[in-house]
Amino acid sequence: MNGIDLTVIWAGIIAFAVVVYVIMDGFDLGIGILFPNFKVGPDRDTAMNSIAPVWDGNETWLVLGGGGLLAAFPLAYAIILPALYAPLIAMLLGLVLRGVAFEFRWRDPAHRARWDFAFTAGSVIATFAQGITLGALLQGITVEGRAYAGGWWEWLTPFSLLTGFALLVGYALLGCCWLIWKTEGSLQRQCYSYAGRLGILLLVAIALVSAATPFLEAEYYTRWLAYPGIIATAQIPLATLIISVLYFRSLSKQQEAAPFFYALGLFGLSLIGLAVSMWPDVIPGSITIWQAAAPYESQLFMLVGAGIMVPIILAYTAWAYWVFRGKVGSDGYH
Amino acid sequence: MMENDLAINLARAQFAFTVSFHFLFPAFTIGIASYLAVLEGLWLKTDKGVYANLYRYWLKIFAVVFAMGVVSGIVMSYQFGTNWSVFSDKAGPIIGPLMAYEVLTAFFLEAGFLGVMLFGINKVGRKLHFVATLAVAVGTFISAFWILSVNSWMQTPVGYAINDVGQFVPAAGWWDIVWNPSFPYRLIHTLLAAYLTTAFAVGAVGAWHLLKDRTNPGARKMFSMAMWMAALVAPAQIFMGDLHGLNTLEHQPAKVMAMEGHYQSHPDGAPLILFGIPNSKEKRVDYAIEIPKASSLILKHDLNAPLAGLDTIPDQDEPPVGIVFWSFRVMVGLGFAMLGIGLWSLLARSRKKLYDWPWLHRAALVMGPSGFIAVLAGWVTTEVGRQPFTVYGLLRTSESAAPLDAPAVAASLLAFVLVYFVVFGAGIIYLFKLAAKTPEAHEPTPDDAPIRSAGITPAAAVLEGDHEEGVAP
Repeated sequence: MNGIDLTVIWAGIIAFAVVVYVIMDGFDLGIGILFPNFKVGPDRDTAMNSIAPVWDGNETWLVLGGGGLLAAFPLAYAIILPALYAPLIAMLLGLVLRGVAFEFRWRDPAHRARWDFAFTAGSVIATFAQGITLGALLQGITVEGRAYAGGWWEWLTPFSLLTGFALLVGYALLGCCWLIWKTEGSLQRQCYSYAGRLGILLLVAIALVSAATPFLEAEYYTRWLAYPGIIATAQIPLATLIISVLYFRSLSKQQEAAPFFYALGLFGLSLIGLAVSMWPDVIPGSITIWQAAAPYESQLFMLVGAGIMVPIILAYTAWAYWVFRGKVGSDGYH
Repeated sequence: MMENDLAINLARAQFAFTVSFHFLFPAFTIGIASYLAVLEGLWLKTDKGVYANLYRYWLKIFAVVFAMGVVSGIVMSYQFGTNWSVFSDKAGPIIGPLMAYEVLTAFFLEAGFLGVMLFGINKVGRKLHFVATLAVAVGTFISAFWILSVNSWMQTPVGYAINDVGQFVPAAGWWDIVWNPSFPYRLIHTLLAAYLTTAFAVGAVGAWHLLKDRTNPGARKMFSMAMWMAALVAPAQIFMGDLHGLNTLEHQPAKVMAMEGHYQSHPDGAPLILFGIPNSKEKRVDYAIEIPKASSLILKHDLNAPLAGLDTIPDQDEPPVGIVFWSFRVMVGLGFAMLGIGLWSLLARSRKKLYDWPWLHRAALVMGPSGFIAVLAGWVTTEVGRQPFTVYGLLRTSESAAPLDAPAVAASLLAFVLVYFVVFGAGIIYLFKLAAKTPEAHEPTPDDAPIRSAGITPAAAVLEGDHEEGVAP
């Protein structure tokens, strides 16, 4: 009984790590995606400076998601990672390229354009690969016994490409809204002008993914479109609609912080939608969270650590963000 | 079967490549983080500008190394799954929680305070900034703690049971698992190695600048501090390495046999083979130069103690002798060379010639990379010496891999090699450029981003002018 509870708690913790990761690294990857559009010089420096102190912490949530999956659901880790071999390797290499660019572009002004390109290329590759990963997971993975049994290209479908593009749009939107909040002047104006178009693109992407999802698995269809499931699940698109309206209103009123939080809201709802589809499977259609779960002793040992550490981590992370609050300039915080 | 062997060997090459590259960075950041904490602490205590300047000098280098360590580390946390999924499934219930603790107690701590450490001095003030530096330094230590506990458990597994689906699950308490038999030795040995690596890197930078200008106060201070570390830590490390070796003899005798090149058992005192060429086909060491009975003296503290050889180990359970034999000698040889430099520096210091003996400086310069090489050689010794197992004696490497496809692994290996050489190659060039800059009386801040309005030395105004140099190569 206790073991079952812990499994659910751990599923919640992993989901929490994924959500925090998507939100936090989302905006800094998004800035990488938009980076070539910013003018060389102070605008680019400002965009980079707005995330330089926090990107490393943001990315640590990805390590917690991966490490937590290994620890709490080793079987899922052992099946999902080989199944997504190519996109995950691409994601890792993308993260390498963009991560070092934060430092290298300052160290080598003569080649700054190259590292700026590496920053964008790495961000785009990592984001696209993450989107593909989500789509491939949602559409299901071939499993035999305790191992992945599909081919090397099983992840590659129109649906996973669609989720890849959707995430590119989504992260770009988050990055855009972050810069509206954290900058001023020409860069901010430029981001305002992107935010409307990206918002429309994101809604189209959400609509397409949502329309395709129920047809991936019969179970999804029952949950999303059949009575009575639809009564509960229909609230999600409804909330998405409301937040979208609020988002566009905040843009037209030229509010600074609000668009970012509405954009986060849209992401949150999309991830809730993902959870509704998958629950209680960790690999849809084949492995439930209970089948993949580590033994009770492992879960309990980690839960003690997570229970103590996660609140502390959130506290000092919040403090670090607070230290660097306010508008950022090209030459420093003021 | 052939196909499978190829895929596994490629996966092993990939892991060896990515982990070797990665290991260089934390081996350095563990040491520099502590060094920075000491420098900032001394600066707070004494208010002497030389410490603040050295702090900023090494902070810039630290930022580059740390970034490379982070991104190469993320690769490691996923590579367990992509290439070694059966190992992950089976060992996950034990090593997973330890690695989760590493993320929760170390990675977040380092990452959370790094931003403040690099960019936040004017935002939070000196004391809180020192706290951030300490947090990062402690984070590097905690990270080493957990990941070495994981590695040590794979070398000397205890406290487990095997469940009905073949997973290792915790059976005794977690205390036993974390503090498995080889862990305390490996932890201290590795931390000392990180400190030595940093000491010799810092010492080489100091020596380089002393050779150009022996009056430079920054160069003198860093060289002096580095030589103290070398003189104190090198003997401690040799002592610790001996203890670690005895621990290995107890728990992984085959590894020690390979290190020693003992193909045959020696019932009445085993020789210490200094050099030779291991010939695994004929099961002997060719052209061996050996000291009779010295191996028994070192390992058993008795000239005539019998020592078993690889003839007592089934062939399929033997590690590759050649690699282990050589990497061990590289590590030990460098360790003694480090000790030599440390003693030489003590002699120079006692004659008040520490900054005046160019040959000492030249030697220290040559020894700059010695820590990195020794760390890698030691890592190869312990990891190759653990073969053919991932979980020692229990799970074979050949049975640990993911359902791999050789072309896919080869393609990803090639991608890693290309990206790592370009990216980390560039990074290492930048490190050399940073280290080639003469330590100035008023070191500029680490980067463009934040520190402009006021410096961390009393000479705030000078910083304004120095700003551009901070980004110059």
